[in-house]
Amino acid sequence: MADVSLTSPISAPTGAALTTADGKPLKAALASAQARAKRRAFFLVLPLLLFVLITFIVPIGQMLHRSVHNNSFTEHRDFGTNERTPIMTNLGAWFDENPAGTEPDEAAYAALVADLRGLRELRAQGQVGTRINYDVSGTRSLFTKSARRAERLEPPFKEALLDVDEDWADPELWRAMRDASSPYTLNFYLAAVDLTRDETGAVVQVNENRRVYVTLFIRTLLLSALITGLCFLLGFPVAHLLATLPLRYSNLLMILVLLPFWTSLLVRTTSWIVLLQSQGVVNDTMVALGIIGDDGRVQMIYNQIGTIIAMTHILLPFMVLPLYSVMRPIDPSYVRAARSLGASSWTAFRRVYLPQTVPGIGAGSLLVFILAVGYYITPALVGGSSGQLISNLIAFHMQDSLNWSLAAALASLLLGGVLILYWLYDRLVGIDNLKLG
Amino acid sequence: MALPKHASPLERIWHYTYLVICALIFLFLIAPILIVIPLSFNAEPYFTFTDKMLSFDPEGYSTRWYDLLLTFGMNAPGAERDFSWWSDAWANAAWIKAAKNSVIIGFFSTILATVLGTLAALGLSRPEMPYRRAIMAILISPMIVPIIIVATGMFFFYSSVGLANSYLGVIMAHATLGIPFVIITVTATLVGFDHSLTRASASLGANPTTTFFRVIMPLILPGVISGALFAFVVSFDEVVVVLFVADFDQQTIPRQMWNGIREQISPAILAVATLLVVVSIALLTTVEFLRRRSEKMRGLSPG
Repeated sequence: MADVSLTSPISAPTGAALTTADGKPLKAALASAQARAKRRAFFLVLPLLLFVLITFIVPIGQMLHRSVHNNSFTEHRDFGTNERTPIMTNLGAWFDENPAGTEPDEAAYAALVADLRGLRELRAQGQVGTRINYDVSGTRSLFTKSARRAERLEPPFKEALLDVDEDWADPELWRAMRDASSPYTLNFYLAAVDLTRDETGAVVQVNENRRVYVTLFIRTLLLSALITGLCFLLGFPVAHLLATLPLRYSNLLMILVLLPFWTSLLVRTTSWIVLLQSQGVVNDTMVALGIIGDDGRVQMIYNQIGTIIAMTHILLPFMVLPLYSVMRPIDPSYVRAARSLGASSWTAFRRVYLPQTVPGIGAGSLLVFILAVGYYITPALVGGSSGQLISNLIAFHMQDSLNWSLAAALASLLLGGVLILYWLYDRLVGIDNLKLG
Repeated sequence: MALPKHASPLERIWHYTYLVICALIFLFLIAPILIVIPLSFNAEPYFTFTDKMLSFDPEGYSTRWYDLLLTFGMNAPGAERDFSWWSDAWANAAWIKAAKNSVIIGFFSTILATVLGTLAALGLSRPEMPYRRAIMAILISPMIVPIIIVATGMFFFYSSVGLANSYLGVIMAHATLGIPFVIITVTATLVGFDHSLTRASASLGANPTTTFFRVIMPLILPGVISGALFAFVVSFDEVVVVLFVADFDQQTIPRQMWNGIREQISPAILAVATLLVVVSIALLTTVEFLRRRSEKMRGLSPG
């Protein structure tokens, strides 16, 4: 606080601005005090901001970069010495000299053979073959086989290579090599939405039997919407009950909502496996009650049903808590007034109560949907093959197929969608209103 | 929610149907968590109630799965249970190792997340904070961004800077994931904070540090502890990041459970699950207690 001198009228010339004790104009003193307060607030946040930047924003940014950048066709890195060697340089030079669509001539094949010999020395033929295999499947062995024989090949190289494997004449392969010779590419994004390039470089859909990603994106959206709907159907009555009960009882019942929220995700998923197994508690009960025969046990786990049930259970508290915090302050006298004016209980609910809960419905549904779209653990454990979501495919490409660029492209599409929803949530609900119990 | 005296029969029927529906939903919420407790005492390696269990025959129950948790991975599980047996268990049993790792990683990531998060929450709840909304959005985002994306990004980043397969890497990753929870809880506590108290303290001659430790801290402490507990639970329950950036040496309880569920699920998993349910009940009780205390302290709650 800058201390303001109020005894200045005698000394100060008439018409001049008020000044502080040390003679600064009041306006400037106030501005500098505010700037100081601003800086102080900012410096409190700064350490955390830097921490999040380093451990969170930078890694994700780096991953996004990987979705457009793949240098396994142009550079070899020795994991022992960490030495980087450019590879496929001869072919790269030929691609630079000849425009796209040029029929590969003897010079091109000679460059290719020279590069294959280089690959053999560095043992990098697998890496290059894998890279081209992402675009044109079945070509990995082409590279390993030809690199093995490259040393013994004699000119004319075109015939010699075609002798090793006539697939070398495939124009699509040449198109793929040309694309890969520049490390920056959008092809992984194309692949992530089931598109590819034909031999002329035009964008086309991939073969029908290989279209998986768009289907999976749609499935993820549909399942998330379904789970959000189920959470709403189950969460609304419960939130309403909690909001209308006296605090003493509602606080007790609230524990039934909060306990699942605090319980380990893996524990909850395990319980659902135990409950829903074909030899599990639910099936046993149904058999004992005579609802189904012993041979008619329902398969409820390791498929879509398992994913839906378990995820609804896990995400339900995220619906109940925002609904509850909106419903609690609603004054019951509005509904009473509606009833006394002649509305039936259904009309009073629909026209008077429901509209007041819309902010809670919006907040809860958006939150559940955002969390559901990116879910990984539960589908991985109980989803079988039909209950997998897009996150599981990203994990598959990260851990099993090791096509990291495609994983990154899929991840950035998912991230883009989630960030749009997050922005929407911030606009409509405000992050400040996020509550946990 | 009492039914008025003049309610029509239809309304009465609906009212009771509604209560039954709510009871069923509560059952749906809580049953899966409680069901693992009796099943973990099953004498047979099944995931369902055996006839002996249903007739409350003591033979149907046993603690063999809890015993397995102790002995699994030990050098000499069959030896006599004296001091050397217990020290063998402490040093070698796989689940005890995992529990130790979970506690170490959870403890340090909680400290990191709580200190940084509380400081930031103090700054964020000042009215003069610039770019408040955008910064808040960034700091909350680890909770929103799908975990697989976070784990993927961290895998590449930590591998490139040499933090992969180390305790420090996992601790930093878990702290990042716990931060949103600390921020949300502490800013919620600060919403009702009366800033004239800090001004009063300053006018009585206290410097900012004294004011913080003697005036602000005691008042927001319940919120800070709740936030810390949230951060701890996030780390204690986290498996995907551990799968991507941790090595065998940093196996945590969830990681061990993940293996168990994926490879061959045995009732030993249910024994772990039961122990974790007990932990979560304890944590929930603490947080509820703190919340009421904080509300009482700030005069927000009637009782």
